[in-house]
Amino acid sequence: MSITNIEAQSQAVQAAPVVMVEGRSQWRLTWRRLLRDRMAVASGIVILVIAGLAIAAPAFAALTGHGQVQQFPNTGISITGAPTGPGHTFWLGADELGRDLFVRLLYGARISLFVGVVTTAIGTAAGVAVGLIAGYFGGWIDMALSRFVDAVLAFPYIMLGLALAVVFGPSLPMVIGVISFFAWAGIARVVRGQTISIKEREYIEAARSIGAGPWRIMFIEILPNLIGPVLVLATLSVPAAIIFEATLSFLGLGVQPPTASWGNILAGAQNYYSVAWWYLVFPAAALLITTTAFNLLGDGIRDALDPRTERLFASRRSRSRPAPEAGPPGAGGTARAET
Amino acid sequence: MRLLQFLLRRILTGILVLWVVSLGAFLLFFARPAGSVARSLAGKEPSAAALQLITRQLGLDQPIPVQYWHFVDRLLHGNLGYSYATGESVNSILAQDLPRTASVVVGGMVMWLFVGLSVGILSAARARGLFDRIATLGVLAGLSLPTFVLGQLLLWGVFLQLNKRGFTWIQDGYAGPSQGIGTWIGHMLLPWITLATGSAAVYCRLTRGSLLDTLGEDYIRTARAKGLTERRVIFRHAVRAALTPVVSQLGIDVGTLLGGVVVTETVFGIGGIGQDSVNAIVQGNLPVILGFVLVAAAFVVAANIIVDLCYALLDPRVRIT
Repeated sequence: MSITNIEAQSQAVQAAPVVMVEGRSQWRLTWRRLLRDRMAVASGIVILVIAGLAIAAPAFAALTGHGQVQQFPNTGISITGAPTGPGHTFWLGADELGRDLFVRLLYGARISLFVGVVTTAIGTAAGVAVGLIAGYFGGWIDMALSRFVDAVLAFPYIMLGLALAVVFGPSLPMVIGVISFFAWAGIARVVRGQTISIKEREYIEAARSIGAGPWRIMFIEILPNLIGPVLVLATLSVPAAIIFEATLSFLGLGVQPPTASWGNILAGAQNYYSVAWWYLVFPAAALLITTTAFNLLGDGIRDALDPRTERLFASRRSRSRPAPEAGPPGAGGTARAET
Repeated sequence: MRLLQFLLRRILTGILVLWVVSLGAFLLFFARPAGSVARSLAGKEPSAAALQLITRQLGLDQPIPVQYWHFVDRLLHGNLGYSYATGESVNSILAQDLPRTASVVVGGMVMWLFVGLSVGILSAARARGLFDRIATLGVLAGLSLPTFVLGQLLLWGVFLQLNKRGFTWIQDGYAGPSQGIGTWIGHMLLPWITLATGSAAVYCRLTRGSLLDTLGEDYIRTARAKGLTERRVIFRHAVRAALTPVVSQLGIDVGTLLGGVVVTETVFGIGGIGQDSVNAIVQGNLPVILGFVLVAAAFVVAANIIVDLCYALLDPRVRIT
């Protein structure tokens, strides 16, 4: 809120002293800042639209009369064997087997969003638990857990993903397992760092003095203070997971055809992009729009959670004072798929 | 003397790491159902006798510890073994693949360093300015774009369109520098862009953040107070100190990438370590997998040692211990 806002409010309070002024919680303030960030709001709307389309996939399949794996050799493929382009029958064109690309993209969105959300949930829960335990207990527990986190973060994850995919056979649960395995480590590192600094505060001492045990302190006293950074990391972990799933599926080690995933659709497009641009461009656009929206939303939430943001923007014209990098240390944010 | 001790200790730990990694890869391989390797090599509907023959030829009927002993024995003689699929020596496969992967990595690195550093420095110099905001958006787009999608879009939008119109300089596949520098660049340009885009975004963010931190230090205020120009403050005083984290990231990235640029190689059909290791993993081609894993791990270990040495060179406060 700006200074004029405060002045206006104080005048209002003076004018009508009987009316109670409603206190604004930190979350209300954050929410208001987020709503004022046009980019973040637009991203949120885009994500909701994509989620809505994904949920409505069967409805669109019924509307167009084209099932996810249904092949239409008569209408979907030309006499020369080339896929049919975008038009009335196939809104975004067809693929080489005469399947409706639009319907398959919608079903692919279900996989992408599902994988993104589920792995983020698993990774966040595990990362928070490990980070809290390592940070709170310290000592050898911290040593062991931190080295493990380092090892996971340093591992070339595409390789491990490939190896596990071959050992256990490519499938959706395997993909979710592999991505979750890598999703927690970054979160654990940040949570550990924050826990170490928070556990020295007076109110933790106070909690301990009235007899609170370690678990209560960790999850009731410390955890609520971490929700901000964890929320940011979780938002940024969704696009990373979506890219990871798409990459695995693209390499043939993720979701298996005929089930549609954006990755395996793009793998199929590899041999046909010269005759069917839509086969490549639309899935690529779907993937790019989704990941960008999540990344923008994550950045927006990070800025909104940081009370410094407003002051920074207010004092932008003052002598080029370095703007501190917003956000939790080491968040680095926006992880991306391996090369 | 201290340097020698440092090197010796790091190399010994490095060898230990390599041993653990190779053992891990070896054991992971045997988590597969027995006989699946022979079946994948024997072709369609093999007879039981053929399966048995292949299993015996590859030594897969022996107990796992014995097989491991054979592997270690060969390794100590500098022989990484022979591919299950083609019988080719893993040493020669590596000798063929490494220049391909290195071609992609080195050119890509030059590109991402140039773009990442210059954009990062310019953004930090005018933090929250117009350029910084546009750069931030660009970084976000770079991070949101999956590598394989970028590669495919480049193949479609650049390679295909140019070749359709008769410009044949840009090609896919691999051509070595020995076939002419022009040909090499023509083949490698798109892979370089593909590899560099994501990394440029990461390095831009890293440089900007690190430089902003440095610009907040007292000695920068002193430099400004002396009346130095902003340009001199940034380039002479701040950038050098700010580059330390960038150097360490670079060492680790290059080390990791030399062990295989899986996606970029696969999209462009480079046939380097990355693409071949995917095939080896899918085929269950154990000697090739182990060879690649060992080489990749060796690069990572070496990169870590070099990074620590560079740290000491860049920042006098860091002592080698």
